[in-house]
Amino acid sequence: MSAMFYMAAFVAVLSTGLAITRAHAVHALLYLIVSLLAVAMIFLLLGAPLAAALEVIIYAGAIMVLFVFVIMMLDNGRKDTSRNHQHLPIRMWTGPVLLSAMLFGEFLYLFAMSTSQGSPLAQVGPKDVGIALLGTYLIGVELASMLLLSGLVGAYYLGRRIEQEEQE
Amino acid sequence: MNHVPLEQGLLLAGMLFVLGLAGLLARRNMIFLLMSLEIMLNAAGLAFVVAGAKWSAPDGQVMFLFVLTMASAEVAVGLALILQLYHHFHTLNADSVSTMRG
Repeated sequence: MSAMFYMAAFVAVLSTGLAITRAHAVHALLYLIVSLLAVAMIFLLLGAPLAAALEVIIYAGAIMVLFVFVIMMLDNGRKDTSRNHQHLPIRMWTGPVLLSAMLFGEFLYLFAMSTSQGSPLAQVGPKDVGIALLGTYLIGVELASMLLLSGLVGAYYLGRRIEQEEQE
Repeated sequence: MNHVPLEQGLLLAGMLFVLGLAGLLARRNMIFLLMSLEIMLNAAGLAFVVAGAKWSAPDGQVMFLFVLTMASAEVAVGLALILQLYHHFHTLNADSVSTMRG
């Protein structure tokens, strides 16, 4: 089990280091997604399946899609189209694919182990988290809802002024 | 039952945090600054979950949920601000907006 932890930690650190040193934002995003998947794998190894699922769904899914959208919108405005010719050459995607293949193999191994002999991990399941979240931390949930509402209104307001100025 | 020691989980969280901090200090592209912030928030969430798993307590995951909520709200507003910045200045360089007017 600790070998799997070290492997996932290696993938996380390596892909994060590669993500912050890439020149192109999309390549950095690829490595950042691999890093988030590695952290999700570590959550699974720590016995936190809810946190792992949310890491994949919200971080690697929703937030990274937001980044991709914004990069697409910014690239539209750029004048140079020279980079479109060499769009995603092989050496750009082999690194993320190899790292995520390592993570996927690890996940399959963990899955095979847990079906044969029950779950090998001491788990804090979604039920415990839900009871703590809506019991002890109810005020935190209310505050988080207010934070999300203010984030929604702020993003809507800031995004709307762009459209108005473009129409002028 | 838990095979991941607390110290090494926290060490990994610290390494990821330092990597995010280095990216934040070294890069000048606003998109990369926001991505480095995400790395740092993620490392903080990892530290919460590691500490929660040490005592088999759900509190760590609850705190991770709050960190996640905060990160998503922050990234939505931050990306809207980046779009505004690019619209006004036609650059993403953080140094080009280092002065205030008024």
